[in-house]
Amino acid sequence: MLRNTKDSFGLVSILFHWIIGFIFLGQIALGYLMVRVSDFTLQFSLYQWHKSFGFLVLGLSAFRLLWKAANARPRDLASMGQMERVAAHGAHIALYASLFIVPLTGWAVASSSPLQIPTFMFNLVVIPQLPIAISDSAEAFWSASHAWLAYLSAVIAVAHILAALHHHFWKRDTVLIRMLRPNAAKRRHQAIKLTGKSS
Amino acid sequence: MSTTSGLFSTVLRAGIAALLAASPVGAQADTLSEVAGRYNIQPSSRVAFTVTQVGGGGINGNFKKFSGVFSLNNSDISRSTINFTLYPESVSTGQARVESFLRSDAVFDSANFPTITFKSTQITQTSPDTAEVAGILTARGKSSPASFQANLSDHGKNSITFHVQGKVMRSRYGMDVGTPIYSNVVQFDMIIRGQRS
Repeated sequence: MLRNTKDSFGLVSILFHWIIGFIFLGQIALGYLMVRVSDFTLQFSLYQWHKSFGFLVLGLSAFRLLWKAANARPRDLASMGQMERVAAHGAHIALYASLFIVPLTGWAVASSSPLQIPTFMFNLVVIPQLPIAISDSAEAFWSASHAWLAYLSAVIAVAHILAALHHHFWKRDTVLIRMLRPNAAKRRHQAIKLTGKSS
Repeated sequence: MSTTSGLFSTVLRAGIAALLAASPVGAQADTLSEVAGRYNIQPSSRVAFTVTQVGGGGINGNFKKFSGVFSLNNSDISRSTINFTLYPESVSTGQARVESFLRSDAVFDSANFPTITFKSTQITQTSPDTAEVAGILTARGKSSPASFQANLSDHGKNSITFHVQGKVMRSRYGMDVGTPIYSNVVQFDMIIRGQRS
Protein backbone atom coordinates (compact mmCIF):
# COMPACT_ATOMS: atom_id res chain seq x y z
CA MET A 1 0.00 0.00 0.00
CA LEU A 2 2.72 2.49 0.98
CA ARG A 3 5.45 1.29 -1.35
CA ASN A 4 5.59 1.08 -5.11
CA THR A 5 5.46 -2.25 -6.86
CA LYS A 6 6.70 -3.08 -10.35
CA ASP A 7 3.25 -2.28 -11.68
CA SER A 8 1.88 0.40 -9.41
CA PHE A 9 2.58 3.43 -7.27
CA GLY A 10 2.24 3.23 -3.49
CA LEU A 11 0.49 5.82 -1.35
CA VAL A 12 3.69 7.69 -0.45
CA SER A 13 4.71 8.23 -4.07
CA ILE A 14 1.17 9.32 -4.93
CA LEU A 15 1.01 11.84 -2.09
CA PHE A 16 4.44 13.24 -3.00
CA HIS A 17 3.31 13.61 -6.59
CA TRP A 18 0.11 15.49 -5.93
CA ILE A 19 1.19 17.59 -2.96
CA ILE A 20 4.38 18.79 -4.62
CA GLY A 21 2.61 19.20 -7.95
CA PHE A 22 -0.10 21.44 -6.52
CA ILE A 23 2.33 23.54 -4.50
CA PHE A 24 4.68 23.89 -7.47
CA LEU A 25 1.94 25.09 -9.82
CA GLY A 26 0.53 27.32 -7.09
CA GLN A 27 3.99 28.81 -6.66
CA ILE A 28 4.20 29.66 -10.34
CA ALA A 29 0.85 31.44 -10.17
CA LEU A 30 1.84 33.20 -6.95
CA GLY A 31 5.18 34.23 -8.39
CA TYR A 32 3.51 35.65 -11.48
CA LEU A 33 1.00 37.61 -9.39
CA MET A 34 3.24 38.85 -6.60
CA VAL A 35 5.54 40.82 -8.87
CA ARG A 36 2.50 42.57 -10.36
CA VAL A 37 0.85 43.62 -7.10
CA SER A 38 1.09 47.34 -6.42
CA ASP A 39 0.29 47.27 -2.71
CA PHE A 40 3.65 47.05 -0.92
CA THR A 41 2.25 45.48 2.25
CA LEU A 42 0.49 42.72 0.34
CA GLN A 43 3.47 42.27 -1.92
CA PHE A 44 5.87 41.85 0.99
CA SER A 45 3.59 39.23 2.49
CA LEU A 46 3.16 37.36 -0.80
CA TYR A 47 6.93 37.23 -1.30
CA GLN A 48 7.38 35.71 2.13
CA TRP A 49 4.72 33.06 1.46
CA HIS A 50 6.35 32.34 -1.89
CA LYS A 51 9.74 31.83 -0.24
CA SER A 52 8.28 29.61 2.48
CA PHE A 53 6.45 27.38 0.00
CA GLY A 54 9.53 27.32 -2.23
CA PHE A 55 11.60 25.84 0.56
CA LEU A 56 8.77 23.43 1.29
CA VAL A 57 8.92 22.22 -2.32
CA LEU A 58 12.69 21.89 -2.12
CA GLY A 59 12.56 19.92 1.13
CA LEU A 60 9.71 17.66 0.06
CA SER A 61 11.42 17.02 -3.27
CA ALA A 62 14.58 15.89 -1.51
CA PHE A 63 12.58 13.35 0.49
CA ARG A 64 10.68 12.38 -2.64
CA LEU A 65 13.89 11.64 -4.48
CA LEU A 66 15.13 9.49 -1.60
CA TRP A 67 11.83 7.63 -1.57
CA LYS A 68 12.01 7.16 -5.31
CA ALA A 69 15.52 5.74 -5.01
CA ALA A 70 14.34 3.27 -2.36
CA ASN A 71 11.34 2.06 -4.36
CA ALA A 72 10.63 0.13 -7.50
CA ARG A 73 9.80 2.15 -10.56
CA PRO A 74 6.48 0.96 -11.99
CA ARG A 75 6.79 -0.27 -15.55
CA ASP A 76 5.46 1.70 -18.44
CA LEU A 77 2.16 0.43 -19.69
CA ALA A 78 2.27 -1.88 -22.67
CA SER A 79 -0.07 0.49 -24.46
CA MET A 80 2.70 3.09 -24.69
CA GLY A 81 4.76 3.36 -27.84
CA GLN A 82 8.50 3.95 -27.93
CA MET A 83 8.25 7.65 -28.72
CA GLU A 84 5.66 8.10 -26.05
CA ARG A 85 7.90 6.49 -23.47
CA VAL A 86 10.88 8.63 -24.39
CA ALA A 87 8.78 11.78 -24.27
CA ALA A 88 7.21 10.85 -20.94
CA HIS A 89 10.54 10.01 -19.32
CA GLY A 90 12.10 13.15 -20.68
CA ALA A 91 9.28 15.23 -19.17
CA HIS A 92 9.58 13.42 -15.85
CA ILE A 93 13.32 14.06 -15.68
CA ALA A 94 12.80 17.72 -16.59
CA LEU A 95 10.08 18.11 -13.96
CA TYR A 96 12.19 16.44 -11.29
CA ALA A 97 15.08 18.74 -12.18
CA SER A 98 12.73 21.73 -12.01
CA LEU A 99 11.67 20.83 -8.48
CA PHE A 100 15.26 21.49 -7.42
CA ILE A 101 16.57 24.05 -9.88
CA VAL A 102 13.63 26.45 -9.67
CA PRO A 103 13.63 26.69 -5.85
CA LEU A 104 17.43 26.93 -5.82
CA THR A 105 17.40 29.87 -8.25
CA GLY A 106 14.71 31.44 -6.06
CA TRP A 107 16.99 30.98 -3.07
CA ALA A 108 19.69 32.69 -5.13
CA VAL A 109 17.36 35.67 -5.74
CA ALA A 110 16.82 36.15 -2.01
CA SER A 111 20.54 35.62 -1.31
CA SER A 112 21.86 37.98 -4.00
CA SER A 113 19.45 40.85 -3.32
CA PRO A 114 21.00 43.92 -1.72
CA LEU A 115 17.81 44.10 0.33
CA GLN A 116 18.98 40.96 2.20
CA ILE A 117 15.50 40.24 3.47
CA PRO A 118 15.77 37.17 5.71
CA THR A 119 13.87 34.03 4.76
CA PHE A 120 11.86 33.03 7.81
CA MET A 121 10.15 29.87 6.56
CA PHE A 122 6.53 30.01 7.73
CA ASN A 123 7.80 32.28 10.53
CA LEU A 124 9.38 29.20 12.07
CA VAL A 125 12.88 28.65 10.74
CA VAL A 126 15.45 31.13 9.47
CA ILE A 127 16.96 29.90 6.21
CA PRO A 128 20.53 31.15 5.70
CA GLN A 129 21.50 33.02 2.54
CA LEU A 130 23.53 31.22 -0.11
CA PRO A 131 27.15 32.44 -0.20
CA ILE A 132 26.87 34.21 -3.56
CA ALA A 133 27.57 37.71 -4.86
CA ILE A 134 25.21 40.41 -3.62
CA SER A 135 24.37 43.15 -6.11
CA ASP A 136 21.49 44.61 -8.07
CA SER A 137 22.79 42.97 -11.25
CA ALA A 138 23.18 39.56 -9.57
CA GLU A 139 19.64 39.83 -8.23
CA ALA A 140 18.33 40.76 -11.69
CA PHE A 141 20.14 37.79 -13.24
CA TRP A 142 18.80 35.29 -10.72
CA SER A 143 15.30 36.78 -10.85
CA ALA A 144 15.17 36.40 -14.62
CA SER A 145 16.60 32.88 -14.43
CA HIS A 146 14.13 31.91 -11.74
CA ALA A 147 11.15 33.28 -13.64
CA TRP A 148 12.01 31.81 -17.04
CA LEU A 149 12.94 28.40 -15.65
CA ALA A 150 9.66 28.41 -13.73
CA TYR A 151 7.65 29.29 -16.84
CA LEU A 152 9.54 26.66 -18.85
CA SER A 153 8.75 24.07 -16.19
CA ALA A 154 5.11 25.18 -16.31
CA VAL A 155 5.04 24.42 -20.03
CA ILE A 156 6.46 20.95 -19.39
CA ALA A 157 3.96 20.44 -16.55
CA VAL A 158 1.10 21.36 -18.86
CA ALA A 159 2.35 18.83 -21.42
CA HIS A 160 2.58 16.25 -18.61
CA ILE A 161 -1.00 17.02 -17.52
CA LEU A 162 -2.35 16.93 -21.08
CA ALA A 163 -0.60 13.62 -21.67
CA ALA A 164 -2.18 12.16 -18.53
CA LEU A 165 -5.61 13.39 -19.63
CA HIS A 166 -4.98 11.99 -23.09
CA HIS A 167 -4.23 8.59 -21.58
CA HIS A 168 -7.30 8.71 -19.40
CA PHE A 169 -9.94 10.08 -21.73
CA TRP A 170 -8.61 9.17 -25.15
CA LYS A 171 -6.61 5.99 -24.73
CA ARG A 172 -8.60 4.99 -21.67
CA ASP A 173 -5.67 3.23 -20.02
CA THR A 174 -4.63 3.30 -16.35
CA VAL A 175 -1.82 5.87 -16.53
CA LEU A 176 -3.76 8.47 -14.57
CA ILE A 177 -5.63 5.97 -12.41
CA ARG A 178 -2.46 4.47 -11.05
CA MET A 179 -1.31 7.90 -9.88
CA LEU A 180 -4.64 8.33 -8.09
CA ARG A 181 -5.06 4.98 -6.38
CA PRO A 182 -2.33 3.18 -4.46
CA ASN A 183 -1.44 -0.16 -6.03
CA ALA A 184 -4.14 0.29 -8.63
CA ALA A 185 -2.93 -2.53 -10.87
CA LYS A 186 -5.07 -5.10 -9.17
CA ARG A 187 -8.08 -2.91 -9.65
CA ARG A 188 -7.35 -2.16 -13.23
CA HIS A 189 -10.50 -3.87 -14.39
CA GLN A 190 -12.62 -1.99 -11.94
CA ALA A 191 -10.97 1.29 -12.89
CA ILE A 192 -11.69 0.72 -16.50
CA LYS A 193 -15.30 0.00 -15.73
CA LEU A 194 -15.56 3.18 -13.69
CA THR A 195 -14.40 5.24 -16.61
CA GLY A 196 -17.26 3.74 -18.60
CA LYS A 197 -14.98 2.07 -21.09
CA SER A 198 -14.22 -1.54 -21.78
CA SER A 199 -11.10 -1.62 -23.86
CA MET B 1 11.25 64.59 19.77
CA SER B 2 10.88 62.83 23.06
CA THR B 3 14.57 63.01 23.02
CA THR B 4 14.46 66.73 23.21
CA SER B 5 12.36 66.88 26.32
CA GLY B 6 14.66 64.35 27.87
CA LEU B 7 17.43 66.64 26.90
CA PHE B 8 16.23 69.62 28.68
CA SER B 9 15.40 67.77 31.82
CA THR B 10 18.85 66.33 31.63
CA VAL B 11 20.30 69.76 31.31
CA LEU B 12 18.41 70.96 34.28
CA ARG B 13 19.56 68.03 36.30
CA ALA B 14 23.11 68.51 35.22
CA GLY B 15 22.93 72.11 36.16
CA ILE B 16 21.52 71.23 39.52
CA ALA B 17 24.12 68.57 40.08
CA ALA B 18 26.89 70.95 39.15
CA LEU B 19 25.50 73.57 41.46
CA LEU B 20 25.18 71.19 44.36
CA ALA B 21 28.61 69.74 43.86
CA ALA B 22 30.68 72.77 43.20
CA SER B 23 28.90 75.89 44.20
CA PRO B 24 27.59 77.82 47.07
CA VAL B 25 23.85 78.08 47.18
CA GLY B 26 23.78 81.29 45.24
CA ALA B 27 25.88 79.81 42.46
CA GLN B 28 23.45 76.91 42.09
CA ALA B 29 20.62 79.24 41.27
CA ASP B 30 22.82 80.95 38.70
CA THR B 31 23.62 77.66 36.93
CA LEU B 32 20.02 76.69 36.70
CA SER B 33 19.03 79.98 35.28
CA GLU B 34 21.93 79.66 32.89
CA VAL B 35 20.68 76.35 31.48
CA ALA B 36 17.01 77.07 31.66
CA GLY B 37 15.34 78.49 28.65
CA ARG B 38 13.93 77.75 25.28
CA TYR B 39 15.94 75.92 22.64
CA ASN B 40 15.53 75.16 18.98
CA ILE B 41 16.62 71.75 17.81
CA GLN B 42 19.46 72.17 15.35
CA PRO B 43 19.75 70.47 11.93
CA SER B 44 23.13 69.15 13.07
CA SER B 45 21.23 66.81 15.37
CA ARG B 46 21.06 63.16 14.38
CA VAL B 47 17.95 61.01 14.45
CA ALA B 48 19.01 57.43 13.76
CA PHE B 49 17.07 54.21 14.13
CA THR B 50 17.55 50.47 13.93
CA VAL B 51 15.05 47.70 13.29
CA THR B 52 16.58 44.30 13.93
CA GLN B 53 15.76 41.24 11.83
CA VAL B 54 15.64 37.51 12.49
CA GLY B 55 18.97 35.81 12.09
CA GLY B 56 20.95 38.96 12.94
CA GLY B 57 21.49 42.35 11.39
CA GLY B 58 18.69 44.71 10.52
CA ILE B 59 17.80 47.99 8.92
CA ASN B 60 19.71 51.06 10.02
CA GLY B 61 18.71 54.52 8.95
CA ASN B 62 18.16 58.07 9.92
CA PHE B 63 15.89 60.99 9.24
CA LYS B 64 17.47 64.00 7.58
CA LYS B 65 14.68 66.48 8.20
CA PHE B 66 13.14 67.33 11.56
CA SER B 67 12.49 70.31 13.76
CA GLY B 68 11.49 71.01 17.31
CA VAL B 69 11.74 73.14 20.37
CA PHE B 70 12.21 72.39 24.01
CA SER B 71 12.11 74.53 27.07
CA LEU B 72 13.89 73.77 30.28
CA ASN B 73 12.15 74.94 33.37
CA ASN B 74 14.59 76.11 35.97
CA SER B 75 12.40 75.60 39.01
CA ASP B 76 10.79 72.29 38.16
CA ILE B 77 12.26 69.95 35.58
CA SER B 78 8.99 68.13 35.28
CA ARG B 79 7.47 71.28 33.87
CA SER B 80 9.90 71.32 31.01
CA THR B 81 8.48 70.43 27.61
CA ILE B 82 9.50 69.31 24.17
CA ASN B 83 7.77 69.29 20.83
CA PHE B 84 9.41 67.46 17.99
CA THR B 85 8.41 67.00 14.38
CA LEU B 86 9.92 64.47 12.03
CA TYR B 87 9.48 64.35 8.25
CA PRO B 88 9.41 60.66 7.27
CA GLU B 89 9.92 61.55 3.61
CA SER B 90 13.52 62.33 4.60
CA VAL B 91 14.25 58.77 5.73
CA SER B 92 17.65 57.53 4.61
CA THR B 93 18.96 53.97 4.75
CA GLY B 94 21.51 53.86 1.95
CA GLN B 95 19.19 51.59 -0.07
CA ALA B 96 16.74 53.35 -2.38
CA ARG B 97 14.29 50.45 -2.54
CA VAL B 98 14.12 50.23 1.23
CA GLU B 99 13.51 53.98 1.42
CA SER B 100 10.69 53.96 -1.11
CA PHE B 101 9.15 51.05 0.78
CA LEU B 102 9.37 52.99 4.05
CA ARG B 103 7.81 56.10 2.47
CA SER B 104 5.01 54.11 0.88
CA ASP B 105 1.64 53.43 2.44
CA ALA B 106 3.09 50.14 3.71
CA VAL B 107 4.94 52.10 6.39
CA PHE B 108 4.98 55.88 6.82
CA ASP B 109 2.54 56.78 4.05
CA SER B 110 4.39 60.07 3.90
CA ALA B 111 2.21 61.36 1.07
CA ASN B 112 -0.82 61.38 3.36
CA PHE B 113 0.96 61.80 6.68
CA PRO B 114 3.93 64.06 6.03
CA THR B 115 4.88 64.48 9.68
CA ILE B 116 5.44 62.38 12.75
CA THR B 117 5.17 64.34 15.96
CA PHE B 118 6.08 63.88 19.57
CA LYS B 119 4.77 66.06 22.39
CA SER B 120 6.04 65.46 25.89
CA THR B 121 3.54 64.94 28.66
CA GLN B 122 5.82 64.07 31.57
CA ILE B 123 9.51 64.58 32.12
CA THR B 124 11.04 62.77 35.06
CA GLN B 125 14.59 63.12 36.23
CA THR B 126 16.17 59.71 36.72
CA SER B 127 19.73 60.67 37.76
CA PRO B 128 21.83 63.82 37.95
CA ASP B 129 22.23 63.87 34.17
CA THR B 130 19.43 61.70 32.82
CA ALA B 131 15.70 61.97 32.47
CA GLU B 132 12.83 60.01 31.10
CA VAL B 133 10.68 61.87 28.64
CA ALA B 134 7.21 60.49 28.25
CA GLY B 135 4.85 61.83 25.66
CA ILE B 136 2.50 61.16 22.83
CA LEU B 137 3.89 60.02 19.52
CA THR B 138 1.63 60.55 16.53
CA ALA B 139 2.29 58.81 13.24
CA ARG B 140 -0.01 57.84 10.39
CA GLY B 141 -2.82 59.54 12.26
CA LYS B 142 -2.46 57.28 15.29
CA SER B 143 -1.38 58.60 18.67
CA SER B 144 0.13 56.42 21.34
CA PRO B 145 2.34 56.97 24.38
CA ALA B 146 6.07 56.63 23.89
CA SER B 147 8.99 57.38 26.12
CA PHE B 148 12.65 58.13 25.66
CA GLN B 149 15.70 58.31 27.87
CA ALA B 150 17.70 61.52 27.61
CA ASN B 151 21.29 61.82 28.69
CA LEU B 152 22.96 65.21 28.94
CA SER B 153 26.15 65.05 26.90
CA ASP B 154 27.26 68.64 26.73
CA HIS B 155 26.14 72.17 27.35
CA GLY B 156 27.47 75.65 26.88
CA LYS B 157 26.14 79.12 27.41
CA ASN B 158 23.65 78.97 24.55
CA SER B 159 23.71 75.38 23.42
CA ILE B 160 23.01 72.01 24.89
CA THR B 161 23.33 68.44 23.61
CA PHE B 162 21.49 65.34 24.67
CA HIS B 163 21.92 61.72 23.69
CA VAL B 164 18.42 60.31 23.50
CA GLN B 165 17.38 56.69 23.12
CA GLY B 166 14.05 54.98 23.07
CA LYS B 167 12.08 52.07 21.73
CA VAL B 168 8.88 52.48 19.78
CA MET B 169 6.44 49.70 18.99
CA ARG B 170 5.60 50.34 15.35
CA SER B 171 2.49 48.16 15.44
CA ARG B 172 0.81 50.87 17.52
CA TYR B 173 1.00 53.19 14.54
CA GLY B 174 -0.25 50.78 11.90
CA MET B 175 3.29 50.10 10.67
CA ASP B 176 3.69 46.44 11.54
CA VAL B 177 4.46 45.30 8.01
CA GLY B 178 7.25 42.75 7.91
CA THR B 179 6.87 41.45 11.46
CA PRO B 180 8.11 39.07 12.72
CA ILE B 181 10.92 38.99 10.15
CA TYR B 182 11.65 42.56 11.15
CA SER B 183 11.25 43.44 14.79
CA ASN B 184 8.20 45.35 15.93
CA VAL B 185 10.57 47.47 18.03
CA VAL B 186 12.19 50.49 16.42
CA GLN B 187 15.24 51.51 18.42
CA PHE B 188 15.94 55.22 18.22
CA ASP B 189 19.37 56.61 18.90
CA MET B 190 19.51 60.37 18.65
CA ILE B 191 21.88 63.22 19.27
CA ILE B 192 19.74 66.28 19.93
CA ARG B 193 21.47 69.62 19.79
CA GLY B 194 19.57 72.66 21.04
CA GLN B 195 20.44 76.27 20.41
CA ARG B 196 18.94 78.88 22.68
CA SER B 197 16.25 80.73 20.82
